[in-house]
Amino acid sequence: MAEAHDLKVIGTRPVRPDGVEKVTGRANFGADLHLPGMIHGKVLRSPYAHARIKSVDVSGALAMEGVLAAVCRSDFPEETDDLGRNVIARDKVLYHGHAVAAVAATTPLLAEQALDAIKVDYDVLEPVLSIDQAIADGATLVNEEMHTNGDASQPASNVAAITKFERGDAEKGFAEADVVVEGEYRVPMAHQGYIEPHACTATINEEGKITVWCSTQGHFDVRTQTAAILGTSISKVKVIASEIGGGFGGKLSVYLEPLAVKLSELSNRPVRMVMNREEVFRATGPTSATWCKAKVGAKKDGTITAATAWLAYEAGAFPGAPVGPGCMSVLAPYDLENFSIEGLDVLVNKPKVAAYRAPGAPQAMHAMECAIDDLARELGMDPIDLRLKNAADEGTQAPYGPKFPAIGLKACLEAAKAHPNYTSPVPEGCGRGVACGFWFNIGMQSSAEVLIREDGTVIINEGSPDIGGSRASMCLMAAETLGIPYERINAHVADTESTGYCNMTGGSRTTFATGMAVVQACEDIIAQCKERAAMTWDIDADQVDWDDGQAVPKPGVNADVDPLSLADIARAWGRTGGPILGRASVNAQGAGAGFSVNWTDLAVDRETGKVDVKAYTAIQDAGRAIHPAYVEGQMQGGAAQGLGWALNEEYIYDDNGVMENAGFLDYRVPVASDLPMIDTQIVEVPNPTHPYGVRGVGETPITAPLAATSNAVCDALGFRVSELPMSPPRLLEAIDSQEG
Amino acid sequence: MSKLHVTTSVNGQPEEVLCEPHQSLLDVLRDELGLTGTKEGCSTGDCGACSVTLDGRLVCSCLVLAAEAEGKEVGTIEGVANPDGLHVLQQKFLEHAALQCGICTPGFIVAAKVLLERDPNPDETTIRYWLAGNLCRCTGYDKIIRAVQDAATELAHEA
Repeated sequence: MAEAHDLKVIGTRPVRPDGVEKVTGRANFGADLHLPGMIHGKVLRSPYAHARIKSVDVSGALAMEGVLAAVCRSDFPEETDDLGRNVIARDKVLYHGHAVAAVAATTPLLAEQALDAIKVDYDVLEPVLSIDQAIADGATLVNEEMHTNGDASQPASNVAAITKFERGDAEKGFAEADVVVEGEYRVPMAHQGYIEPHACTATINEEGKITVWCSTQGHFDVRTQTAAILGTSISKVKVIASEIGGGFGGKLSVYLEPLAVKLSELSNRPVRMVMNREEVFRATGPTSATWCKAKVGAKKDGTITAATAWLAYEAGAFPGAPVGPGCMSVLAPYDLENFSIEGLDVLVNKPKVAAYRAPGAPQAMHAMECAIDDLARELGMDPIDLRLKNAADEGTQAPYGPKFPAIGLKACLEAAKAHPNYTSPVPEGCGRGVACGFWFNIGMQSSAEVLIREDGTVIINEGSPDIGGSRASMCLMAAETLGIPYERINAHVADTESTGYCNMTGGSRTTFATGMAVVQACEDIIAQCKERAAMTWDIDADQVDWDDGQAVPKPGVNADVDPLSLADIARAWGRTGGPILGRASVNAQGAGAGFSVNWTDLAVDRETGKVDVKAYTAIQDAGRAIHPAYVEGQMQGGAAQGLGWALNEEYIYDDNGVMENAGFLDYRVPVASDLPMIDTQIVEVPNPTHPYGVRGVGETPITAPLAATSNAVCDALGFRVSELPMSPPRLLEAIDSQEG
Repeated sequence: MSKLHVTTSVNGQPEEVLCEPHQSLLDVLRDELGLTGTKEGCSTGDCGACSVTLDGRLVCSCLVLAAEAEGKEVGTIEGVANPDGLHVLQQKFLEHAALQCGICTPGFIVAAKVLLERDPNPDETTIRYWLAGNLCRCTGYDKIIRAVQDAATELAHEA
């Protein structure tokens, strides 16, 4: 692996290649495509959280002038999976907002009006609206055929699955402890809150060839999912990813695309569908509300002897809460001999949860990092010292199995201890809270092609939608590898028929895995350039070096020739075998876990319950920061989302399972005046499996802020508020009940 | 329902459009005039992605009826750069990496430009409150605030 001091381009902060398009309004996002003859689709959604559908009749809508198509469950193949049942309800509607029918009309308003002409006959059922309700004896069943872990010998249950991780003997460990703390913690359902609503345009021709333009984190996944739900072959489906206006995990599943294709088929027109904000809240995939219990015991010197966690996650209407990753993350920062972790995936009548930035980790880590904070207080230890004493390091066996290779947790903790924002005293009237963050990161499959123009400039074709500057990181890694200026390279997110297969932009994998493919494709270019140079010079290819963007004879090779740049080789390629293109594909392993330490200073107004965040600092191991400004941006953005979740954001339901705050006015995400500057420090402990040492950086940033904020509120108030969000009414209630 | 004939000016160019009485300025800009740089994030005036100017005043175009643009000057993101190149704010957003996904960026730049026209030397708090009507979910605002501060400094030097 290249040492940091050898790098010329990596670690610099150039303007991103797609930047000018995005600051001038030229960039095309999901809703920006206009096609000739295009019409507009809208979705009829369930007004009930739980009901059996007796009948759906779309004939009234179809009879309206200007309405060109209408679809419901009978227009889609009977056999389908949970995703298909989420896109269009079959026998039951399972949450308020569940799609029941869709229409396409010549204007959006007409489509909206046509929804009123669709008749649906429901048999309303009692909704299941919390984990407590779902796991109670005699609970109403969301899915009458669901058995825990598929065990049909047991009665049907709302608990879809139970996950367990154990090591050593936790009870024995607690018996050896001098201090044991425990707590119960609740984190509300929260939305990713991307600013761009879901949007797509679809068209289908007479041969059944489908083209979909959409805002997605993974257009290859849109292809797979759309084909499956429509009962067609992926060879019939081409997906073109638009620019994407935020996703954070929420744009991995299809919601509109199969409906738009079907409406296009029936109307013989291109159909555009765009959700409004209310639909985004009610009918896409937020993340789980959770109920967690954490217990941790330690010797007087701070050595943790045992820890246990019980994690119950709402999945929404279909199984698949991110409780597995919660179990993986909850104790990941610690080197422990004795622990047990149990996770429950619980069905409720709410939207099917989707990934949200380190899915499942923030909730579980909120619980354990609050308990660790309480432990530090009980022991009279500095919270960073307690964590350093027990920190996972290279060789520690992760709670989920493998041994960590080089990781940066201790480096982050030591950097925090020495940071002026930590060594400075807590401001008068404030509390300070610390927490660790973790995400395991993933690799998976990526492809890249590197094309050379005849002037020697470079085009990278790859399949990872650029959600936060990844084109810039691809160009930086290519520039470093090829030894040419960054400005001579452009990166292009190609459609599903113009580049090799690629998994989604998610799991913090893009700069790691797609980056690895780009680097390897550049190495392919270099190998070919050496051959072309060798041919030109009439020597063997193994006598040629690639040095600083040029082919040169190896030291000691007797050839009196001038170096050949990429541009020289490109100009002459007609004489050496034709155009040059490089390619590589990877199924990347060894993503390299990402750790962080965050702390915040904040004040609580005891009259109003409002929290004022005065300072926030995030330290994170990036392995190596390819474009440090975008790494900092991930850290700052994750901190802001975490602060929002800790202090304000929550889905508020009425007793019928109707979300009462489905808009940005009432689901209040942080605005600029809510936040201070967010200080960052990037630690670099290179990931040994990446050619430049990259670790994913996108998700770890949201895993520490919930607990850091809670711990700071605890420090400020002198008591623990264990339920999030710590919104003014909840804090005021807590303050009033403490003060009697 | 008969359409309304609206005569307006967008980024200094005279425009005539036929629109429905209920159509918002946002819809007309995007769907009738093809100016899709103005984004729709909520349609309730809460996110600021559709920020434009109406006779120089900052508005959410989702909350303005297209018919209200009659006889007025509309300014959108497409009119911020000039023939010589990017506006300083656009350049500073790029240099400071003040965008990640970029969907909120047009709204922020339009809003920040109005701020700097009114107050060439705003302090951090002023910038934060002025931009509190524009949601960004990616950046945590830090780099946006710094980009606006830097643009203000540079514009002051140019003046």
